Amino acid sequence: MTTVTISKPISKPRKRHHQHSNLGTSIGIVIILIIWIVPTVGLLVTSFRPLSLINTTGWWTALNVNNGPVSAQHPDPNASYVEKLSTRFTIDNYVDALTGYRGTSTYLDACASGTKPLGMNCNITDLLNPRGMGRAFINSLIVTIPSTILPIIIAMFAAYAFSWMDFKGRYAIFAILVGLQVVPIQMTLVPVLRMFAGMGINGTFPAVWLFHTGFGLPYAIYMLRNSMSSLPKDLFESAYLDGADHWQVFTKIVMPLTTPAIASLAIFQFLWVWNDLLVSLVFLGGSKPVMTYQISNMVTSLGAGWHLLTAAAFLSMVLPMIVFFTLQRYFVRGMMAGAVKG
Amino acid sequence: MAKTIALPVMKQKRWVPWLYLLPAMIIMSIFILYPMINTFGLSFQNADSTASAATTCREGQPCWGVFENYRYALTNELNMETPQTTWESFWISSYGNTIKWLLVMVTGTVGLGLIFAVLVDRIKLESLAKSIIFMPMAISFVGAGVIWKFVYNYGTSQVQIGILNAVITSLGFEPVAWLSKIPLNTFMLIVVGIWMWTGFCMTLLSSAIKAIPEEIIEASRIDGATNFDIFTKVQVPIIAPTIVVVITTMVINVLKLFDIVYVMTGGNFGTNVIATRMYTEMYTNANYGRGTAIAVILVLFIVPFIIMNIRRFTKQEAMR
Repeated sequence: MTTVTISKPISKPRKRHHQHSNLGTSIGIVIILIIWIVPTVGLLVTSFRPLSLINTTGWWTALNVNNGPVSAQHPDPNASYVEKLSTRFTIDNYVDALTGYRGTSTYLDACASGTKPLGMNCNITDLLNPRGMGRAFINSLIVTIPSTILPIIIAMFAAYAFSWMDFKGRYAIFAILVGLQVVPIQMTLVPVLRMFAGMGINGTFPAVWLFHTGFGLPYAIYMLRNSMSSLPKDLFESAYLDGADHWQVFTKIVMPLTTPAIASLAIFQFLWVWNDLLVSLVFLGGSKPVMTYQISNMVTSLGAGWHLLTAAAFLSMVLPMIVFFTLQRYFVRGMMAGAVKG
Repeated sequence: MAKTIALPVMKQKRWVPWLYLLPAMIIMSIFILYPMINTFGLSFQNADSTASAATTCREGQPCWGVFENYRYALTNELNMETPQTTWESFWISSYGNTIKWLLVMVTGTVGLGLIFAVLVDRIKLESLAKSIIFMPMAISFVGAGVIWKFVYNYGTSQVQIGILNAVITSLGFEPVAWLSKIPLNTFMLIVVGIWMWTGFCMTLLSSAIKAIPEEIIEASRIDGATNFDIFTKVQVPIIAPTIVVVITTMVINVLKLFDIVYVMTGGNFGTNVIATRMYTEMYTNANYGRGTAIAVILVLFIVPFIIMNIRRFTKQEAMR
């Protein structure tokens, strides 16, 4: 029997390199980091500024309390800096974006004045206005959660079979699956669209769930199989000696031991679906707008100013950001393995 | 050594594995395999797939028979009056633009990713720096599109609210309409792609660099190598296989790229790429024949990578 050993350096915790750092490198990196982060900061700052200021002053001057049009100035010229500053920031953009308010005033002002804006009730139900990001947020969740859970459950079974069961064509089928990971979504859009039209489910949530499940599977199976097949063989032998069958091994041993891989996969799939535009554009469109759809609509159609766009874009980024900063390790691992998907 | 890793001891009835596999295989057949074959067939038919594509040929116009949709897909964007106009129109066609994307975005992301991976390795706040570079990966292309549309904002008035034009005008230059000026606009879109994907390349390359044994670096340092020598003559050659993997991944990603162009310019002003053009034909123009023909052309570009992916997998398996 021949065995192939891949020599791997024993990795010690690394504290090296730092002695080689020099001022030039550090300054260079800081400049790069600033360039990298400035566009996002601009979005965030702008989303809290009133439209009249956004359109007349750069966001980087947001701390200057005296520029901009007369209407944006503090009524009392002797007011303190903090007082002046506080009138130059607002959460109206977020309220307007969430409720889908598109008038010339702001949602809160319009409702306070007593005349209800067109199509608004001036109560909590406005969060479900189909034009608003509140509804889109809920739609995004409705799309994303089943589209994450379904493929993972189905993939777990298949990955177990590929890892620990013996059947004809195992290797060939898996090789095909590896190839399928790279197939572009565009290659399947038209036939699936017609199929859904025939079934009458175009524009419904199950249509997107099914499509994302189909496209999520090759990578999900691939990743889970990598993780499951690296479990030690002894585990399975002793389980077998104890009289366990495949079902018991699968549910009691394999599933708990592959939890980290499942977590990485879940995060990857969740964000992939959450950030997807093309699939929701084609299969859901305007009937059940998700966040990405709603924003792209606001960009391409006129009528939504920067105050709404920036707030809406930031709303769509909140969840991915939280996931990214809290579960970074799993996130990076899932991203690395699944980068070529769809 | 046998390739199989299944347990010889744990025999089961012959149909049991298929029970585990069946749900996945049915769904993948319905949503990937069957549509692929179907797309291929549809690309030889007319707009609503009721007759052969040959019937859409018009008298006195060039016609490729059943390949008519492919003629349209390949030549419609070109102005073939003279070789000169053909050449010029090619470079603002969806194919020319896709080639620009491939060249600039792949070199940009892999090059910057490599440089960052080496530089960041040398500073104290390594993980913070990496988080900042990687962060754009977490957000959607749509969100990134909005962020950068604002950066590129072009104001006709005195005040520029887009930071790029504000910098340009403060240096005494005229403001630029970044997103509508051909051919500049495609490159401005590519910048967004680079911003999003450099973190991905950096992370993969960085872990490859960290796996290089310290002794090799130390030995070359003792031999008098500078940091730059170590980078070009030691680190890069050793991680070459990883670089190849990163490049192929990026090529596949760029070929499929849709969202950035769709959100930022809608494919207007000569910024179409293959994927956005396919969407326009299929959805806006409701021409399934032409849309699927473009999809088939796209997949032809990707086939080599599908084969490569399978080869790499086969090699890995042989090593287990």
